[in-house]
Amino acid sequence: MARVIVDVMLKPEILDAQGQAIARALPRLGFSGVSAVRQGKRFEVELEGPADEAALSDVRKMAETLLANTVIEDFTVTVEA
Amino acid sequence: MTQPSALDSVKRAADTPDERQPYAELGMKREEYDRVRDILGRRPTSSELAIYSVMWSEHCSYKSSKVHLRQFGTKAPQSEALLVGMGENAGVVDIGDGWAATFKIESHNHPSYVEPHQGAATGVGGIVRDIMSMGARPIAVMDALRFGGADQSDTRRVLPGVVEGISHYGNCLGLPNIGGEVVFDPCYIGNPLVNALCVGLLRKDQIKLATAPGPGNKVVLFGALTGPDGIGGASVLASATFEDESQAKRPSVQVGDPFMEKLLIECCLELYQADVVVGIQDLGAAGVSCATTELAAKGTGGMDVQLDLVPLRDPSLRPEEILMSESQERMMAVVTPDDIDAFMAICAKWDIPATVIGEVTDSGRLVMTWHGETIVDIPPGTAADEGPVYERPFHEPDGQAALNAATPADLPRPEDLRATLLQLLGSPNLASKEWVTSQYDRYVRGNTVLAQPADAGVLRISEAMPGAEETTRGIALATDGNGRYARLDPYAGAQLALAEAYRNVAVTGATPLAVTNCLNFGSPEDPEVMWQFAEAVRGLADACKTLGVPVTGGNVSFYNQTGSAAIHPTPVVGVLGVIDDVAGRVRSGFTGEGDKVVLLGETREEFGGSEWAHVAHGHLGGLPPEVDLEAERALARVLVEAAARGLLTGSHDLSDGGLAIALAEACLAQGVGCSVALTGEDAFTDLFSESAARALVTVRPESFDALAELCATHEVPCYGLGTTGGTALTVEGVLEIPLPELREVHTGALPAIFG
Repeated sequence: MARVIVDVMLKPEILDAQGQAIARALPRLGFSGVSAVRQGKRFEVELEGPADEAALSDVRKMAETLLANTVIEDFTVTVEA
Repeated sequence: MTQPSALDSVKRAADTPDERQPYAELGMKREEYDRVRDILGRRPTSSELAIYSVMWSEHCSYKSSKVHLRQFGTKAPQSEALLVGMGENAGVVDIGDGWAATFKIESHNHPSYVEPHQGAATGVGGIVRDIMSMGARPIAVMDALRFGGADQSDTRRVLPGVVEGISHYGNCLGLPNIGGEVVFDPCYIGNPLVNALCVGLLRKDQIKLATAPGPGNKVVLFGALTGPDGIGGASVLASATFEDESQAKRPSVQVGDPFMEKLLIECCLELYQADVVVGIQDLGAAGVSCATTELAAKGTGGMDVQLDLVPLRDPSLRPEEILMSESQERMMAVVTPDDIDAFMAICAKWDIPATVIGEVTDSGRLVMTWHGETIVDIPPGTAADEGPVYERPFHEPDGQAALNAATPADLPRPEDLRATLLQLLGSPNLASKEWVTSQYDRYVRGNTVLAQPADAGVLRISEAMPGAEETTRGIALATDGNGRYARLDPYAGAQLALAEAYRNVAVTGATPLAVTNCLNFGSPEDPEVMWQFAEAVRGLADACKTLGVPVTGGNVSFYNQTGSAAIHPTPVVGVLGVIDDVAGRVRSGFTGEGDKVVLLGETREEFGGSEWAHVAHGHLGGLPPEVDLEAERALARVLVEAAARGLLTGSHDLSDGGLAIALAEACLAQGVGCSVALTGEDAFTDLFSESAARALVTVRPESFDALAELCATHEVPCYGLGTTGGTALTVEGVLEIPLPELREVHTGALPAIFG
């Protein structure tokens, strides 16, 4: 049993309208000192077996196919300790 | 990381005349690059090269299409309704009572293939800004869509994304989507067509133009910040070496922000109300390059711009990238120094960043500086208006005669017409598009009178604007285009597209007034494609003249092809009409029991390019239905006059799938059946032929004589077919289908595929 985390973020050069909206809202709520916010998605994938190279390769394939839109998004795959 | 190149100033360009420049990588031909050198008397700076390459691109300069498009002007019919014609951001038409409507259709095909959601969404955003820049409030959108075969796997990727993108952007803006088309054909796999139309409303005396007159006036960039969106090829200019690949990672996908656009709409309308705008232009393709050169060229002729003042989302952007960025939701305005404070205050109120980046001059030059150094110094007209013009060679495709000879005459006719009707009604092109249109908001703003699945969208003219009196008026809009017809005969195909949109407007009771078009074709460098284009434009211009409806603007989309396989030539035509009283609009379909069902127009045996040949036999050959524009005009007169006199209880245009499909749709519209008898010799031809200039109408029995008389006056054939009522579609002696069965086949098809 292992848990694999897939983090999906818009590519840095792509407009993140939601992140901008959050950044604009923060000062209105009294938070200062924030210069930018970018928003992404986190997936927790529970594996039936160990997080070996074969399983991670499968997760990467899942990310490319379904979890991320690789035209505009990047993703990272990490094993939760 | 890439080392940014040294700033390529005008001075440096003069000092290094022989420096190699990546004009070919930017899509410029050697002759075009040489012409830039001739114009400037030196080599262009990399920023100037960025401007010329993008302004002289096919997309911005219409260099292959211009010689043909001129016919829309030279053959234009006299029209008192036309207030602004081609050449501005969108055409403007007088719709009466002091009101004007502005409308335009534009393609966003390739971006929608690369990233369907964002591509389609920014297509909506772009056309909405075109309408805003005319001084109007956008009031509705519609989309003409073409996809590959419904059963092809890429269609399942592209279609849901496109529909989602359109609904997301349009719904966020609060604009009703009132119509359009969804068509499937394997020729569009790899080249889907996403043509977005927007219509706006303004007072006749409030038209704004893209012009920058008056030396000393300020140039303001307002809206979203500029980022590395859609830069694509420009990155080659910003990298230290042409071989450097890391810069090629700049995205060609633009991402839109509909909430910013909504603010921009309201902000612009308030700016117009306050009368603080001298000239205005939206930023679309070619971004700042296009806005500055076009504004300057149409104004006093000169402009000074401090490019380093452009507010950036990504501070690492180089001037070349800023010039070519296609970041969405941006506008450029020209404002007098006296009004600039008021202008800025209104922008601040709407939370819209606004920056003065330059000034109008009378120097005749567009001069841009980057931290004090001059990087652009060009006559703006040479980039905006005096681009290359090509007389591309064209000839009839080699297989055209054989295609036209392979008529559907020999195709086996069906025995079981009931089964054929159901087969066609459930085929992707004729099936209910509710799965798509129910994702769009059709009624937001509360002025939608008719929307999909009506033949045309109809909107009530109701805006609280100063000086505007109450009006009962409405506008009607329809788009149509049949790629198979145009493949068989592009001249006739374009005319049939116009005729159908014209007819779709007329069946609602509205008088057709003006035309916009989106011409989707393959590569203009292929003489066979160029022939299709030339023929289609000639056909459309001739038909507009005959029908008395001028082309007000539009868009050409070339290079819709994969390898050597081009799409069917697909001219999509939008027609705008006006109705004096929206309460008199006619619904498309049967609205009550006991009405007389009447067929207007003549039916001939015409199956070339028909849905039946396509669905039943996968056949495309012969010739499309005959075009009879006088018959179309007469039919429209009957429809409009009959509607105005209150004779019609329902009215539906006959097109793809012929009478059979029109009857089925008319029954399903309100769940009212009918019993009709055919009048011709051959039931199959009567039911499935696609002869043009026909409509199916219903009248109260006591009104039939009046309708028949009206038809006789205008020489429109008129056949009583039967009566509405009951719970089945009955064609006496031929078929009987209960409405639930009909409905299941019609509405179940698309959900079964796209679920």
